[in-house]
Amino acid sequence: MGVTYFFLYVPIIALVGMSFNASESPFTWNGFSTKWYGVLANDSTVMKGLTNTLIVAFTSTFLATILGTALAVGLHQYTKSAFLNAFALAPAIMPDIVLGIGLLALFALLSMTLGLYSVVIAHVVFSMAFVSAVVKARLSNSDPALREASMDLGATRSTTFFKITLPSLTPAIVAGALLAFTLSLDEFVIAFFTNGPATPTLPIIIYSMVRFGVTPEINALASLLMLVSFTAVIGAQRMTKLAEAR
Amino acid sequence: MPKRQHAKRRLLAVGSIMVGLLLLSACSSGTKSDSASDTLNPKADLKKQSLVVSNWDAYMPADLPAKFEALTGSKVTVTHHATNEEIMAKLTAGGDSGIDVAFVSGQFAQALAAQGLLEPIHPELMPNLKNLYPEATKLAYDVGNKYSVPYSWGTTGICYRKDLTGFDPTSWNDILNPIAKLKGKVTALATERWLMLPAQKLLGYSVNTTSETEMAKVKDTLIAAKKNLLAYDDTTFYTRLVSGEAAMTVAWDGWCNYGITDNKNIKFVIPKEGSDLWVDTMVILKTSKNKEAAHAFINYVLDAKVQSWVIENILYKVPNKAAMDLVAAKLGATYPNILMTPADLLKGEGIVDLGAAGPMYTKIATEITASK
Amino acid sequence: MKAGRSVNKRRDLLERLTLQGPGLVYLLLFMAVPICLILIYSIFQRGQFGGVVFHATTDNFTRALDPVYRGVLFDSLKIASITTVLALALGYPTAYGIARLPKRFRTTALLLIVMPFWTNFLIRTYSWIMLLNSEGLLNKALLKLNIIHTPLDLLYTQSAVILGLLYGYLPLMILPLYASIEKLDPEIREAASNLGANRFRTFLDVTLPLTISGVLAGSIFVFIPSLGNFIVPELLGGGKTVMVGNLVRDQFLKARDWPFGSVLALVVILFVFVLFAIQSKVEKRISGGAHAN
Repeated sequence: MGVTYFFLYVPIIALVGMSFNASESPFTWNGFSTKWYGVLANDSTVMKGLTNTLIVAFTSTFLATILGTALAVGLHQYTKSAFLNAFALAPAIMPDIVLGIGLLALFALLSMTLGLYSVVIAHVVFSMAFVSAVVKARLSNSDPALREASMDLGATRSTTFFKITLPSLTPAIVAGALLAFTLSLDEFVIAFFTNGPATPTLPIIIYSMVRFGVTPEINALASLLMLVSFTAVIGAQRMTKLAEAR
Repeated sequence: MPKRQHAKRRLLAVGSIMVGLLLLSACSSGTKSDSASDTLNPKADLKKQSLVVSNWDAYMPADLPAKFEALTGSKVTVTHHATNEEIMAKLTAGGDSGIDVAFVSGQFAQALAAQGLLEPIHPELMPNLKNLYPEATKLAYDVGNKYSVPYSWGTTGICYRKDLTGFDPTSWNDILNPIAKLKGKVTALATERWLMLPAQKLLGYSVNTTSETEMAKVKDTLIAAKKNLLAYDDTTFYTRLVSGEAAMTVAWDGWCNYGITDNKNIKFVIPKEGSDLWVDTMVILKTSKNKEAAHAFINYVLDAKVQSWVIENILYKVPNKAAMDLVAAKLGATYPNILMTPADLLKGEGIVDLGAAGPMYTKIATEITASK
Repeated sequence: MKAGRSVNKRRDLLERLTLQGPGLVYLLLFMAVPICLILIYSIFQRGQFGGVVFHATTDNFTRALDPVYRGVLFDSLKIASITTVLALALGYPTAYGIARLPKRFRTTALLLIVMPFWTNFLIRTYSWIMLLNSEGLLNKALLKLNIIHTPLDLLYTQSAVILGLLYGYLPLMILPLYASIEKLDPEIREAASNLGANRFRTFLDVTLPLTISGVLAGSIFVFIPSLGNFIVPELLGGGKTVMVGNLVRDQFLKARDWPFGSVLALVVILFVFVLFAIQSKVEKRISGGAHAN
């Protein structure tokens, strides 16, 4: 088990370390410096990319969570069909290059001008599948008697859904949403094909920067990304703990 | 509902989707725009127009768009593409890509024009065209610069570390069949046309050959050469030279200058068998709604002062006589290949689009890169 | 009562439509239709300079049978399989270890697994290049310690590609594995050992079958992205290892041959579906058996 953690973190440690390298080349060490973080803060292209990525991630996660949760509950309650269940899961196992190109072809056919919204549309497709997979897994372990009891007591289907089913699914919904958010943040291939030229997302910008070789600025960016996500997750965890305690 | 009816319904649904899509795609392809150009208004108010320009990263000075905006009031957004192929995919996918001006290599501009995707250049809106060398108006992929305006040009050769090789390479064979101590320390270019070039020239063929027998020999040469290769690299090969990971690389002349900046032992040579003439151009998309601003932008780039600043910034040669006259001599001391004259450059063979033979090159490239 | 039942049925249908409808329609529009488009393009031809010309032909399918493409497909399957097996070998013990940690440490341990995912995939891949290349940190360290005398050629090989894929997708193996291991009732294992089974037999006959859904899910989550990845072969493989993802991308971007690219994409989709079908069947069989026991 220790081997795994070592394996996972060796490049991360190297990456974070090199972000403090005063020299621009990764092959020479010129002393400790935090200047690259300053360069990063002033790099408007990167900042714009970060903003675009966050917009896409939040919007697509929001939509995907709603659609995916509803789909999972609907399928669990009403459908035994293997086909529909596989259909709901298909985007998660579809190779991203196929999905990306297919969507580009569709958008081109409809003469849509690409922009951030087309990336959101694309991201919802696979995010939705992950959310519904996580929620479904939780549902298959849940007790159907709760719902039956609620309806026997006279509650309507929608009351049951919102007051009984959803609350019991909260951890799964949160987990699914987190997963969707994480995937959208770092998603490159689909965004690459479905994005408009004026609104690049961060992975796309990094792709065009990194092809020149890795500068400490890029390492600084990666380190910051990790830090921000970590803080966000810890924050979300704390908040759920507080909510549960109440 | 019984299973069989389920399956039937599904099949029917899928079938009708496909038929619908078929009709839709057939219809929309019929609406490809005609090649007649619009009449443009020379007095158009540029403040009302904005531009999206797609270029390679760091291929023009970072504040050039801002200066253009300060001059004309037209806002410029820059987006990057890492390779010609990427931008081609976006521009040829159909519909409006949202891009007004794109920087693409000559043979790709040719392909775009052949598909009716480019706005013809209106010379009356580009007085600075007069700054170009006469040779730059007769380039094979677009004679007379009807659809494109050349931005930079150069050739391909061997970029190497003299201190690591111990000698000056003179032939493409020096890099395709390196001496023992240099095996595993050479890189080749990954983009198809330039992947093939060293072998094509070594064997005495044209870089635009569509002969299957000739390309078969090219393929065999390059499959053998792969065994000595460190990697196929289009973008980071000069950092490999600087770090010492590689000793010789196939490189474009301008790129090699970046290496020379970092390490004075790096030199550039054009092998004796000859090489190509590549040109990077600026094109205006027919779907652009800001054609006047697009013309003004290109015209701005062609200004002698502006483009001389481009040369100093990106270390490439440009086909702009007025600009070269201002700075070439000074830069030439450090970067000898900037001193190449148009006559020198024209000794290289101009690269043109291969038309229907394109997929053959892709297949051969796959066979080479996938070989063991 | 009859009237009550049909009202119930209508309400059921309404709930079913409201819940399933939006999601299914969305997927139909933005997943099924694009895939159908690709299917359609595969029977047409590339225009002279690119684009699609609507003359039907089966040429693309015969071209796809060429040995060079079969070779690439075989290599891709091989590389993806090795990556998956390695991910399983590393991931199972790790997931098991985390599941056995005291509850309060488990979330942190899991977060630590996932955190590398929160940097950028490209940058992480490049970090390996920085570490492994002949002038990189690892070689420099080994040379300094006199363990080796000439730098090791670690990069731009098939092994480097496997390493890069393993690194990129290992967390996707660990998470589902953890989910199914965590649900295990430790008492079952105790019961088995009380009945005289040794640790190995317990694992094989009890633990593994009960966690097979995690194993299969994790395997699919690693195998499929590995199969279609084109960035790792390009960067860590130095462009010298061509996988199926590179092929598809090359056809669409370099050759501008959308019809042929669509055929290749189709092959990939077919493989994915076949694998998925196998996975579901295997899972039903094994977990059905485990539950029966």
